[in-house]
Amino acid sequence: MTKKLRLFSFTGGIHPPDSKQLTENKEIEICKVPEVVTIPLQQHVGAPCEALVKIGDKVKLGQKIGQPKGFVSAPVHSSVSGVVKSIETVDLPNGGRASAIIIENDGEDRPDDSLKSEKELEDLSREELLNIVMEAGIVGMGGACFPTHVKLSPPENKKIELIILNGAECEPYLTSDHRLMIEHPEEIIYGMKVIMKILNVSQGYIAIEDNKPDAIKTMTDAVKDEKDIQVLSLRTRYPQGAEKQLIYTVTGRQVPSGGLPADIGVEVNNVCTAAAIARAVRLGQPLYQQIVTVSGGAVREPKNLLVRLGTSFRDVIDCCGGWTEEPAKIISGGPMMGTAQHTLDVPVTKETTGILLFTEKKAAQAEPSNCIRCARCVSVCPIHLLPLNISAQSLLSNYEEAERLHAMDCIECGCCSYICPASRPLLQSIKVAKKEITKARKQNAQAKQATESIKR
Amino acid sequence: MWEQLLLPVLSLGGLSFIFGAGLSLASKKFEVETDPRIDAVREALPGANCGACGYPGCDGLAAAIVEGNASVNACPVGGSPVAEKVASIMGVETEASERMVARVICQGDCDRAIDKFKYQGIEDCAAASMLADGQKACSYGCLGLGTCERVCPFDAIHVNEKGIAEVDREKCTGCNKCVVACPKNVIELIPASSEVQVACNSQDKGKFVKAYCNVGCIGCRICVKACQFDAMTFNNNLAKIDYVKCTNCMVCAEKCPTKAIYADFMKKADQSA
Repeated sequence: MTKKLRLFSFTGGIHPPDSKQLTENKEIEICKVPEVVTIPLQQHVGAPCEALVKIGDKVKLGQKIGQPKGFVSAPVHSSVSGVVKSIETVDLPNGGRASAIIIENDGEDRPDDSLKSEKELEDLSREELLNIVMEAGIVGMGGACFPTHVKLSPPENKKIELIILNGAECEPYLTSDHRLMIEHPEEIIYGMKVIMKILNVSQGYIAIEDNKPDAIKTMTDAVKDEKDIQVLSLRTRYPQGAEKQLIYTVTGRQVPSGGLPADIGVEVNNVCTAAAIARAVRLGQPLYQQIVTVSGGAVREPKNLLVRLGTSFRDVIDCCGGWTEEPAKIISGGPMMGTAQHTLDVPVTKETTGILLFTEKKAAQAEPSNCIRCARCVSVCPIHLLPLNISAQSLLSNYEEAERLHAMDCIECGCCSYICPASRPLLQSIKVAKKEITKARKQNAQAKQATESIKR
Repeated sequence: MWEQLLLPVLSLGGLSFIFGAGLSLASKKFEVETDPRIDAVREALPGANCGACGYPGCDGLAAAIVEGNASVNACPVGGSPVAEKVASIMGVETEASERMVARVICQGDCDRAIDKFKYQGIEDCAAASMLADGQKACSYGCLGLGTCERVCPFDAIHVNEKGIAEVDREKCTGCNKCVVACPKNVIELIPASSEVQVACNSQDKGKFVKAYCNVGCIGCRICVKACQFDAMTFNNNLAKIDYVKCTNCMVCAEKCPTKAIYADFMKKADQSA
């Protein structure tokens, strides 16, 4: 049964034109597997991986080629079978750089079976399941890329009571979660059961925004026989899919400042993550492919594509027939929170949920003018901050004051910049403040450690 | 008439005498010993309270010098004249401390270095460098958005019309603020007498440097071979001058194929004349 949460929702937020009609009715197509893939050794939050292969080595499809160096990390796997050509530093779609393994595809797709388990879900223990999730390199696929096995092992003193699967997909243009829910609901339900078993939880919700009625219907049909899982229909409002907002909408509980959802007994995972877990447990398939929405005004044929990780953006866009006019802005992820790209020679990674190409007209930015103190940014901020004040302090390099105004609680959703009638770069300045505050905190901690070691 | 005046004069005078005596007794009894040298050193310091020495203002530094926690030439702004004065107050000898000035070690302006994308956003290097290390193809170069210009308390550093920061050596006091503020670490302090600098910060390999900028250090090491004084070292694909050994002979700058080593050749003409 579907429960509607139409009236009850978080406060603030915006409703940008979602432009999902470009791809929402298009089935997921398989993107052409490229001649060469580039697999970065860091596709997640946390420590980078160590390469397990050398130049000239033969690798199989799904073979582990990067070993994590810490607990908060996730292994990376080859997305083709072939020969390691080189290991070099490459640009990443998130704007950073990392070492990457470049593999020449032999086109045979010889699979690696090391992860395959003969057992059924009922026979697998909690530890075995957690180990499969870790070995499969699964990370949060809503875009945050936090290693899922870390998320699924909360500290002993925190009891998780409730799991929410996030199918809100509130970012405009993106339809990859939407299509997955329509085409593979059984995978999502299976993944959900794995998560519930690992965390020993008996209550789960699948939350979907009400601009996807077909997805709500398919998922509701799929959970007909599951008494523990319920589908929720949420009000369409950006950022409904942000973790803290989603939890508030579903449960009415607020994540404390600086805290985690586990502090209030809730765990949120993306539907894509659940499907990836299902494939890992059922088929022994590690995370080596990703559904990517290619959309925006400049692309010739907008599509939802199943892409092997490490395929370059150029190859993915070629698979959609290229562009109709030279795009002025190319974004990895959604238009609200994604990252602009300066080259097409970046690989699709575990965080790439969409590739958007915008024409010059669409990408044009207005010149910022002075703040008129209309406080629209205050009314849309889903975290109830004062974006105008934090931004002003940040622009004066007064980061201590920005910290006092809770700059670190900002979830970087971009509602403030979107709504600002003076086109002020609110979010960018808050991001600068966050970076400087983190830097200062690190320095303080180091200084404290140094003085303590002297005292000893 | 006189009686009317006498009483208040006497009573108020008496009161003031008693309070005065009390105060003078108290000042003797509760006296806090301070070193008179602190005030003297404080007087000798420039008084800009810029914090470049690392202490909270000139008072803080004066106390630290007198307590022996800081050297007499710890004020980078005052340079050797101030150091000498402070040394004479403290009764010690000072080593001739060289005046330091800031130098932007990049010449990749908009004519010489290429950009990898067009940056739209806050005009600030720290903000720009958050996305893919900034708009410059070279990830080590000066972004020219003026973060250093805004932190300089002495109006000594400016972004020129070609989009690169330049230091006014006369005004620069070597206070280190721009060096700390620069997100690219492309500003360093050099001795004011130095006329030759490696004006490149790129640690990329020569192939990439050539693609990004035409005044970059490509790591050919011609300068290392040319230097007769062993003042050139080479690390991380980048030449570096040891300013203690350098004699400003400018041979390296003449030999450098990309002119990444900057030298004021006019100064050399003056010397030989």
